[in-house]
Order: sequence, then structure tokens, then C-alpha cells
Amino acid sequence: MSLYYVQKLLYQLNRDRAVRRRFEEDRDDLLDEYVLTEEERRAIEDGDVGLLYVMGVNGQLLMHYSALLGQSWDEYIAAMKEGVKKHGPVREGLYTLLEDRES
Amino acid sequence: MSLVFAGVCSHAPGITGRAERADPEVRDEFYAKLDEMRQRLEAASPDALIVVAAEHFANFFMNNMPAYCMGMAEQYEGPIEDEEWLAIRRTEVPGNKDLSRRLIEAMLGEFDLAYAEEWKFDHGIMVPLHFLTPRYDLPIIPVNVNCQGPPLTPLARAYEFGRALRRACDAQPERIALVGTGGISHWPATPDSGTINEEWDRQFLERFLANDREAMTSYTDAETFRDAGQGGFEIRTFITVAGATEGSTGELLFYAPIPIFAVGCTVATMNV
Repeated sequence: MSLYYVQKLLYQLNRDRAVRRRFEEDRDDLLDEYVLTEEERRAIEDGDVGLLYVMGVNGQLLMHYSALLGQSWDEYIAAMKEGVKKHGPVREGLYTLLEDRES
Repeated sequence: MSLVFAGVCSHAPGITGRAERADPEVRDEFYAKLDEMRQRLEAASPDALIVVAAEHFANFFMNNMPAYCMGMAEQYEGPIEDEEWLAIRRTEVPGNKDLSRRLIEAMLGEFDLAYAEEWKFDHGIMVPLHFLTPRYDLPIIPVNVNCQGPPLTPLARAYEFGRALRRACDAQPERIALVGTGGISHWPATPDSGTINEEWDRQFLERFLANDREAMTSYTDAETFRDAGQGGFEIRTFITVAGATEGSTGELLFYAPIPIFAVGCTVATMNV
């Protein structure tokens, strides 16, 4: 898992028009610059917001990626719920803070 | 001069971006109270406005995350978000580099804050400015307290940061206003978006408005996360304002949970 780099890519997509342009025009080349597992890369390529949420991506990054994909607010919330149903609870990151403390 | 105004308000992107989906009656009352805050701010005739925000990965990321950072630029821009999604047009916002530099220099003796000569505003600053300085004509000095990527600064430290910020403001000739923006309890951008713990919010607000330092800094992060969601970490911005107005109490102009805005919408001023 390389949650850090998944989030870094979304961070840069959200704030940098040049990175967004590369994402549209030369996606493979852009993604090669990040340390991603196959599952992570596929989730980004497929725009799989639900799986990205389960992987632990912070919603403050994910909601902008969702908007970039053209999802409405309701579609975004539904995608996360669907992701949890399909892939199980969030695996790491901010939203597992309480589990991390207890383990 | 000194600090001439202090207040807090919510900044959730839904406040502007999903405006048409809220109960119009509650929404319009909230907007009216934000406008009352604007009038109070303008009546204080500030030369600059410090906005203590909890940004959401617009400028700062886990590659190099400052606990505290102040902007030091002549000009800023925002929002980073899609203009239609946030329903706020992208614009340039004036800063005051010289005042920033003097504030930073004054604070560095007691606080190791970072500074940034580049800063893109996200909804955390743009939503408050949309209501409080809608003509974008007042110089803004952004301050960020990391509330997004743990480990986070302790609450008691955020209060001390506010005290140091006040001393720095009081040492400048300008009339300075201060606004803290954050949620209280909320679970933004998650499947639980729209959940609001009103009881927790009201308890926090009571402690904040009474400027009860002990009580408002007594929450552990695990308790906050459990009862108030990850958005609850943003109480650090309110606590900074309380530190800057130590010894003074506040006035609540508005509080109501508005689920489609994903936060208990809050407007309050603190006596300076």
C-alpha cells in the first residue's frame, strides 16, 4: 500500500492545472511518477472513488477528485457507500484513527 | 494599534456550493447573520484581516506539513476548487506582505511558525471571504493550523498560538481583525457527511464563548474523532481566536445544524 502517493497525486491534481492537463492528455506518463500498487493505479485509472475511499484516501482530497470526474455530490456519497459495501471498511489512514489507537 | 475585531464562522463548501438544497428559511437566516458579522467587521475599520483557517490540502501536504503557517505575500488567489462546484468565482485577493513579515518576526521569538510566500485559498478561506469581504478589497493575511493530517498540534498549544498572535498584533500600528473558520462536529466528505452532533457543538460553543481555556482544550483527539468526527479537529481555529481574546467572552449570532452543508453552521464574535 502506498496511500501517501495516492493522496499526493490527488493533492497535485486538485491544485495544479498543469497536472490536470497531463492527467487528461498523458495519464500513463504522469502516473509513472508515483509509487503506486497495481490496485491503486487501477482505482485511479478507473475513477473508482469507492475503492479509493476504502484504501484510506482523505475525503478532503477525494471529493475534489470526484468533482473532477464530473460526479455530483450525491453520486460521490453513494460511491463511497458502495465502496464500503463491496470492499469492506476503510483499511488505513485518518478514518482508522480509533482502531490504530486501540491496536 | 491593536486587534479591533475577532470572530469565528463556518466555512463548509456546501454553504455556497449546495445553497439551493438547504431549507431556505434556515439558510437565509444564517446568511443574514454572516452579513451582520460583515457589518461588525466593517464597523471596526480594519486595515487587514487575519483569517485563521484549517485548509484542506490546498497548499500543505504530508511531505512537509507545518503545524502553524502564516502567509507572507502581496497577493493570493482562490478558490482552488472548481468555480461552479463551489459557486465562487476565482479571484485575486490582496495581502499585506510587510505586515505579515512584521507579525511573523514578532511571533518567532516564542513560536516556530512557518511562513509561505505562495498560498492558494480553498473553500476554508474563500467561503468566509465571500460573505465577510465580498468585494475582496481588504488585505488578507492567511494563517493555517494543521487540522487535517495528524499528528496535530495540541489544543492547549493552539490557545498559546492565539495569545502569541495577539501580542504580535498589538505591537503593530495597523488596525487588525481576526476571524477563525472551521467546523465544530462534522464528518465532511465521507459517507457520514451530514451527521452533526449538536449537543457536542453546543457544549464546545459554551466553553468557547465563555473563553474557558481549561474546558475548551480538554478534549483528546480520540474523543474529538469519536464524538465530533475528523472535522472536529478544526476546533483549533476557534481555540486560536479564544487565545487571542483571552479574558474576553463572546456572543453567538447563529448556530443551527444544516445537514446538506455538512456542518453545524456557526457565526460568533468575541470581544476584543
